[in-house]
Amino acid sequence: MSILVYTENWDGKFKKFSFELVSYAAAVAKETGASVTVISIGKVAQEELQKLSLYGADKVLTVEDERFKSLDNKAMSKAVVAAAEAEKATLVVLAHNNLGKALAPRVSVRLKAGLETGVMALPLSMNPFIVKKKVFTGKAFAEVKVEGEIKVITLAQNSFEPVEMNHTETIEAFNPQVSDSDFTVVVKETNKVTGKVLLTDAEIVVSGGRGMKSADNWGGLEELADLLGAGMACSRPVSDEGWRSHSEHVGQTGKIIAPNLYLAFGISGAIQHLGGVSSSKVIVAVNKDPEAPIFEAADYGIVGDVNVVIPQFVQAVKEL
Amino acid sequence: MKILVLISNVPDTTTKIRFKADNTAFDDAGVQWIINPWDELALTRAVELKEAGSITHITVANVGTPATEPTLRKALAVGADDAIRVNVAAKDAFEVASQLAQVAEGYDLILAGIEASDYNGSAVGGMLAELLDISSVSAVSGITIADGKVLFNREIDGGSQKLEVSTPVLAVVQKGIAKEPRIPAMRGIMMARSKPLKVIDPSTAEERTAFVKFELPPKKAACKMVAEDNVKELVRLLHEEAKAL
Ligand SMILES: Cc1cc2nc3c(=O)[nH]c(=O)nc-3n(C[C@H](O)[C@H](O)[C@H](O)COP(=O)(O)OP(=O)(O)OC[C@H]3O[C@@H](n4cnc5c(N)ncnc54)[C@H](O)[C@@H]3O)c2cc1C
Ligand SMILES: Nc1ncnc2c1ncn2[C@@H]1O[C@H](COP(=O)(O)O)[C@@H](O)[C@H]1O
Repeated sequence: MSILVYTENWDGKFKKFSFELVSYAAAVAKETGASVTVISIGKVAQEELQKLSLYGADKVLTVEDERFKSLDNKAMSKAVVAAAEAEKATLVVLAHNNLGKALAPRVSVRLKAGLETGVMALPLSMNPFIVKKKVFTGKAFAEVKVEGEIKVITLAQNSFEPVEMNHTETIEAFNPQVSDSDFTVVVKETNKVTGKVLLTDAEIVVSGGRGMKSADNWGGLEELADLLGAGMACSRPVSDEGWRSHSEHVGQTGKIIAPNLYLAFGISGAIQHLGGVSSSKVIVAVNKDPEAPIFEAADYGIVGDVNVVIPQFVQAVKEL
Repeated sequence: MKILVLISNVPDTTTKIRFKADNTAFDDAGVQWIINPWDELALTRAVELKEAGSITHITVANVGTPATEPTLRKALAVGADDAIRVNVAAKDAFEVASQLAQVAEGYDLILAGIEASDYNGSAVGGMLAELLDISSVSAVSGITIADGKVLFNREIDGGSQKLEVSTPVLAVVQKGIAKEPRIPAMRGIMMARSKPLKVIDPSTAEERTAFVKFELPPKKAACKMVAEDNVKELVRLLHEEAKAL
């Protein structure tokens, strides 16, 4: 019996999330006596691949076929399925991010497996297979029983701490049989945001709402984000107004994030906003209205003016 | 070119979530139902494409009981040409995708939302594409059609891409696909009454998941308040107590 993990790499590097997935699989494997295989698609250096063993991978299958560069969902899911079949996997674990969400449903259909997405903890039981996830955009939790001899899950980010262990793995080249006709997507252009902390990776996120009043008022928040090595986020009206880029919008209709610390300045805390940030470990709110709903979600708060608080915040962090 | 837009019927996003006494099912007493926000944006984009002359026909499809018909009528009022309802309760993503597979053939482009706002499955779109054995593109934030070619904007981690894809293709759409959802105009509502809404019998379809239990998140401890002129103390608390800085 084995557990298969698919993890993407970002320009040849893995991220903390990759190690969360491997550690999660290793923890399930420990309970069930299974082995852990990781499939990695794209060019990754040996020493980077070896890091996977540190978190409990027994074997790594690497696919270096250049055709996969286009991230074609159909072709990639075939590759993951081929690995699952070769390894006789009974559990397949993917990330609950853009690519994981794209592949997992296709993989589950092809493997005739049961699927659950956005899983937030180790299975509550293996037989029957029961997992916990958020529903109603974070307003409730559900326990779900997943049927089928094979199960496919996507794991939510930051829901399992990577655990280092001493382990050795074997690294093997893997060549899934995928035909040219499975590659249907042609990438015309790629635009990458460079030099900034990625919002979905950030341990600390600094966020501004309509209370910031205008696009010109963001200097203090940017300085704070730089000091803290934080990602920058905003509420929906802020991106709708064009004060900040759409890529920074968090909430039900924006990005869903779960940093260690979320600092909300001039954000009222509408339910749709909280849907994207309520999994943050610590939430801090600064708002001049003591009745603002954000204070119900926050752990620490200041009733006050952002224009007064932000410069003091920057100063206090510098003195830390 | 013909588009199929998948429509999920969900509780209004401001609904206070409650469960039935034994916590095994959502309590839908008094709930307002809406088109899933993502599907509403997908439909809006489809209508824009039709107005621009890029496509000829928009069908909307839902798997659900007769109770979901007002939602489908609203989709017709927004601008779909016809609607299909597979007459069975939607319980599980694989069941829904299997039912949709029997009505989803013959379209050039199929649009699904990234997730239904109730059970947050993020599954039906990808499953349907696999069942139909067609290509799919996820995290789509823009669609244009030029010279019979479909061009997508796709969000990737830390950026975006422009893609060209041959049809038929299923797009799983998210933020950016349309700016504001279209609100049906009076004329649209009148016309929707006479647009075709076909009801189809379900096929036998397997369910692969079942909800065992629901719970509401535990109440958060009260927010610790710090005075406006004492930001230093807040930063100290974040550093020493919360260990978050
Ligand atoms: C279907 C749907 C989906 C949605 N999705 C999202 C989403 O994904 N993300 C999202 O954010 N919203 C979303 N919204 C919008 C959401 O309902 C709120 O309208 C929005 O979050 C409010 O943004 P805000 O808090 O920045 O602005 P406001 O609600 O206007 O709040 C501004 C706050 O700033 C405070 N303030 C003003 N001046 C100052 C000052 N000088 N100092 C300190 N505080 C000050 C005010 O007291 C107020 O609380 C969605 C809505 C719908 C219907
Ligand atoms: N019962 C349904 N009928 C039609 N389409 C659905 C149904 N449920 C989900 N969908 C589509 O699949 C998308 C993702 O839903 P889900 O996988 O349930 O989160 C939705 O945005 C809809 O486009």
